[in-house]
Amino acid sequence: MKRLCSGLLINLFILSLLTTSGCSLKPWVKPYERTNLADPIMRFGRDPVAETYMHHVYQAREGAKGAEGGAGGGCGCN
Amino acid sequence: MSRNIIQRKVRFVCVAAFVLLWGSSAIVYGAVLPEDRADVMYHSYDGGGVTIDGPSILVRKSFLDKFSVSTNYYVDNISGASIDVELLASEYKEERTEYSLGMEYLNNKTLMGFGYTNSTENDYVANTFYGSISQDFFGDLSNVSISYAYGSDEISKTDDDTFGTEEATHLKYIISLTQILSKSWLMNITLQTDVDEGFLNNPYRQYSFNAGTDALGIIRDFSPEIYPETRTSDAAAIRFKHFLPYRAALGFEYRKFSDSWGIDAWNFDINYTHPWGEHLVFDIHYRWYSQSKADFYSDLFASEGAQNFMARDKELSTYKDTTIGVGVTFEYEPQSWGFVEKVSLSLLYDRISFEYDDHLDARENVIAKTAGGGEESKYSIDADVIRFFFSMWY
Repeated sequence: MKRLCSGLLINLFILSLLTTSGCSLKPWVKPYERTNLADPIMRFGRDPVAETYMHHVYQAREGAKGAEGGAGGGCGCN
Repeated sequence: MSRNIIQRKVRFVCVAAFVLLWGSSAIVYGAVLPEDRADVMYHSYDGGGVTIDGPSILVRKSFLDKFSVSTNYYVDNISGASIDVELLASEYKEERTEYSLGMEYLNNKTLMGFGYTNSTENDYVANTFYGSISQDFFGDLSNVSISYAYGSDEISKTDDDTFGTEEATHLKYIISLTQILSKSWLMNITLQTDVDEGFLNNPYRQYSFNAGTDALGIIRDFSPEIYPETRTSDAAAIRFKHFLPYRAALGFEYRKFSDSWGIDAWNFDINYTHPWGEHLVFDIHYRWYSQSKADFYSDLFASEGAQNFMARDKELSTYKDTTIGVGVTFEYEPQSWGFVEKVSLSLLYDRISFEYDDHLDARENVIAKTAGGGEESKYSIDADVIRFFFSMWY
């Protein structure tokens, strides 16, 4: 429970930092400068069905779990 | 009488990531719904004497410009005999079926989602509900997502009515930040805390203990594993994507994990995506993983009931694994296929090599009778993983 509380507090701290400091920041990459970032090859987890399957493969065979990233879409955990 | 021993360390579905990490692409365009897309995949895992394959079908469709629904049908056909099965049971076949349903709602720069997943096999039923909310900030340079998931499992034991039904619950809390760093750099940070309670071990798996000696050495005997009924874990990951000047992408990932069972783990992944001409995309990646053992893991305990909790699950041992993966995708954008905007066909292959430091090949003692208990060679697995899928955008 202690670990859970500390994890949540860190999460809330980061979130509050982001929301409260938003007013003073200006976007340094304009929307029209995001062409390269918008390319599908730049996605974290380009194909959800395939990405999720690999998460499942690792989760079933490794002790670690969580914060996998990617695009998700049902785990199919074995 | 046959008994199934399956690797069921993780049943809790990871659907929470479904909406959560859509932010990685949504951030580039501003808040948008996931794209309308259907995927049909054949998947296969072959390693350690076990083959698991089957289909996965994922369909997503948006409507009214504010809603998007998705559904996933997934099957694992499991057959063969893992090392655990060879030691303590007979070869088996089993099927696991999973259905998922999710929905997202877009309101200005906020994307909300919720969903449900059901996973069923003859001795295990898992239900999971999740909710998620993500928001763009700083002129859409940042996207923050928060997710929560609750899972409830019912566990029984094939051919053993006296076992009855056990239960387990799983909670997940996830927060994720996706950040545009520059015109060619993206970053994602994800933090996750899990709380698992209830019956967390495999009812079929057994630990091994010293049952005396013979001419060969220590004689191994076995008894059902005993796990703690609570597990809390924390995971944190950071990822980068970099767009290279000649249209290719380089990616990195580092993840750290620790839990209340004493496992510490990390993994690092480097990946490269290279489009070739108009229709082909090539992928290659390499991944390292390493973990320390759980406090209550031992390959061979000194005696039966030596301590309160005892496990011999190799996924709780000290080991490393490495993965090398390659893939090719053929993409085509038809001009006159009606509602179809784009199709693709992908073949991805991964080779995973597991090398266990303190999990020995007990078959040499129990079956082959070539080594005393604790003197067997270290166990290792090479596994082949295939994903072959057709995708359609509309």
